[in-house]
Amino acid sequence: MSMATATVQPVERENYLNKHYGVGSWLFTTDHKRIALLYLISITFFFFIGGFFALLIRLELLTPAGDLVQADSYNKLFTMHGMVMVFFFLIPSIPAVLGNFLVPLMIGAKDLAFPRINLLSWYLYIIGGIMMMHCMLTGGVDTGWTFYTPFSTAFTNTKIVEAGLAIFVAGFSSILTGLNFVVTIHRMRAPGMTWSRLPLFIWAHYATSIIQILGTPVIAITIVLVAVERTLHLGIFDPKLGGDPLLFQHLFWFYSHPAVYIMILPSMGIVSEIIACFSRKRIFGYSFVAFSSIAIAVFGFLVWAHHMFVAGISVYAALIFSLLSYAVAVPSAVKVFNWTATLYKGSIRYDAPMLYAFGFLGLFTIGGLTGLFLACLGIDVHVTDTYFVVAHFHYIMVGGALMGYLGGMHFWWPKISGRLYPEGWARLAALIVFIGFNLTFFPQFILGYVGMPRRYYQYPQEFQVLNVLSTAGATVLGVGYLLPMIYFLWSMRYGRPAPDNPWNAAGLEWKTPSPPTTFNFETEPVVTWEAYNYEELDAPHKEEVPVVR
Amino acid sequence: MFDNFPLWPDRASTAAGNVDALFIFLIIVSGLMTALIFTAVVYFAARYRRRRGVLAEQIEGSTPLELTWSIIPLFVFMVIFAWGAVVYFKGRTPPRDSTEVYVVAKQWMWKLEHAEGQREINELHVPVGRDVKLIMTSQDVIHSFYVPAFRMKQDVLPGRYTIAWFRATKPGTYHLFCAEYCGTQHSGMIGSIVVQEPAQFEAWMSGGTTGPLSATGEKIFAELGCVTCHRTDTQGRGPNLQGVFGKPVLLEDGRTVTADENYVRESILDPGAKVVKGFKPVMPTFQGLVSEEQLNALVAYVKSQSQPAAGGTKTAAAPQDQNKAAGSQVQ
Repeated sequence: MSMATATVQPVERENYLNKHYGVGSWLFTTDHKRIALLYLISITFFFFIGGFFALLIRLELLTPAGDLVQADSYNKLFTMHGMVMVFFFLIPSIPAVLGNFLVPLMIGAKDLAFPRINLLSWYLYIIGGIMMMHCMLTGGVDTGWTFYTPFSTAFTNTKIVEAGLAIFVAGFSSILTGLNFVVTIHRMRAPGMTWSRLPLFIWAHYATSIIQILGTPVIAITIVLVAVERTLHLGIFDPKLGGDPLLFQHLFWFYSHPAVYIMILPSMGIVSEIIACFSRKRIFGYSFVAFSSIAIAVFGFLVWAHHMFVAGISVYAALIFSLLSYAVAVPSAVKVFNWTATLYKGSIRYDAPMLYAFGFLGLFTIGGLTGLFLACLGIDVHVTDTYFVVAHFHYIMVGGALMGYLGGMHFWWPKISGRLYPEGWARLAALIVFIGFNLTFFPQFILGYVGMPRRYYQYPQEFQVLNVLSTAGATVLGVGYLLPMIYFLWSMRYGRPAPDNPWNAAGLEWKTPSPPTTFNFETEPVVTWEAYNYEELDAPHKEEVPVVR
Repeated sequence: MFDNFPLWPDRASTAAGNVDALFIFLIIVSGLMTALIFTAVVYFAARYRRRRGVLAEQIEGSTPLELTWSIIPLFVFMVIFAWGAVVYFKGRTPPRDSTEVYVVAKQWMWKLEHAEGQREINELHVPVGRDVKLIMTSQDVIHSFYVPAFRMKQDVLPGRYTIAWFRATKPGTYHLFCAEYCGTQHSGMIGSIVVQEPAQFEAWMSGGTTGPLSATGEKIFAELGCVTCHRTDTQGRGPNLQGVFGKPVLLEDGRTVTADENYVRESILDPGAKVVKGFKPVMPTFQGLVSEEQLNALVAYVKSQSQPAAGGTKTAAAPQDQNKAAGSQVQ
């Protein structure tokens, strides 16, 4: 923290980072921005744990024989990769980090509605995380993250109940975050910040919160039922005890399909912010983009059985769920078209956040279109439970969600840290991630169509070349993910101090200092403009005057 | 093509061509959409890159455009849906008079038994050009019977039957994979489907066998004492099972079910679940007393009592329903 480029910040101002010092000031903070950073550290930790499992998986699959690890270890690796990435990285990632940081700033509030509950949700996440780590270090689980019964309740002798409880606890953290956002967005908007003036990031988080609140309890109940059957032998899912294994799949996917939208909707919100800023335009069809988030959240609850077309459900149920799945595809397509149209006649710059947004567009388009294949009954029979599915959901959950997350991290990093990241490295990293991602996962589409099933630790000879390509891509991708972590850390010490609004972006968060003060706004902001008022911001004779300081 | 770098799977069943045609259609549609979006993004990004003194032109949006790009994709989606539904429906409806093979999956092997009595493990011999219906169940966890060359996959569940069928078109040996994760040796649960010319297949079939599955079933039927109630006249305490299979059955509670494999199975394991009208729920459960293979034989026997060719003597278990054989109490 030096005197750096004198014009920007001659003396370091008091902000949320330097107001208090000491471990206690972090562990007992109720500042949404500090809690966001606590989450950032925690989820980054789990991301690299999950990534390490992925690396071992890809290395094992380099050769057809099972040679690097044993079958049981491999089964635990993909199970824990899935559980860690889904429940401890992807679901909390954008909402708990960027959402936590930005929701109050964007609507002109001093904090979330329930700051202490916000801290509680982080502690729940950490307790769940510690339970999960303990479970993994003392044996792990080998059911796949899907926990299909009766394998999970009557056959495996791994730590199902412990892993289930870890997810159960972490689930409440997710519910509380959602609850906090909904109440905050309803009750704490600054004067003049009407619903139609909300940034699309807020709309996306609102839709996400609805899913978190309504969906998560279902997985919690399902986990309890699994634990009850496993420990007390009450027949719920095991046919030998009079249960029905398909009941489990219905309950599991009733949460776990919408959970995909918990991951992707916030990412879509970020992409809207970035595209608007770097095109200097209001998002094309603002209200359509906003309501498509809500439509996705609602329709998302009606399509779960498309994971079960070959599971033994009736033909008519399959027809209905296929049809409904296409209904949820429409609002997703609408978003993509609107983002594309926003570029038209814009004034476009290719800074790193925008490169990530472009990457998101490309990968989400491919992920979404291959979703049409899987929703199609005739095709799904052949490709479900193969690498085609693996490729598809990585395009959505990693290509889509993670691209958006990284884009958002770059976009708001100056606000969060008060420092600028090195732009050249960041652009390079975005390019490496994009190339590495496609190299890793595109071959898996082909691998799936030629028939390689998922969760195989050894495989017939003929699948090798495609697997080698995929593993090669994964190493490139790994480099792409390591780079941002390195230069973000570097910039915290050596980065140039960030101006309050380095992108000259619209949005209340940019009218606060970088980094913001503890209570965000010294006087309550009054909003008199529409979202994305880039026309005013760029008007030639107008000087940039920070409204609130 | 290259032995270790296939870009397309073998096409060895009647279904494979249908699935491939649909798949190619989807590739074209999604290829066009991808090209459209990528071209637009790249063109706009290059054409409207930031220039000094040039401001973005603000455009609010356009309802007609929004409707256009909602309705046209929706229409395309409906075409895909309908085509996919037709292909799926065909794949899920076994033709009449299919040859039947009973499949029992367990950790980690496939046990297959032809209606004629031949048993195989992890290998299934079938002739070219004949419809083969698989009647499948699992002894333990959920498995999935997947033959990529046939574009056919069906989960195999414990406690009930699931049905699949195919008609092979090309002699050869094809992978049979377990596609639903089932434990330690999941990836070792691989078998093969050997498709032979009819003459070769007949030669293979004439190999040693203990007689048709239904005959085995008849023996079990007698041993377990089923015959004492399921008589071939109307005097039995249980229904006469001749001519019952495949027909609708009126139940005590007024419902009607079709007497298919799952109904027969459930009636043996959970006799009280769907009692035939006019009979008392007096049959004891056979849960735990008969193995999956014996169950298959009993089902094959009951079935044989409804086929004109098979001259039966007695009758079988009290009919009941299909769908989820909620296994009975016990244990």
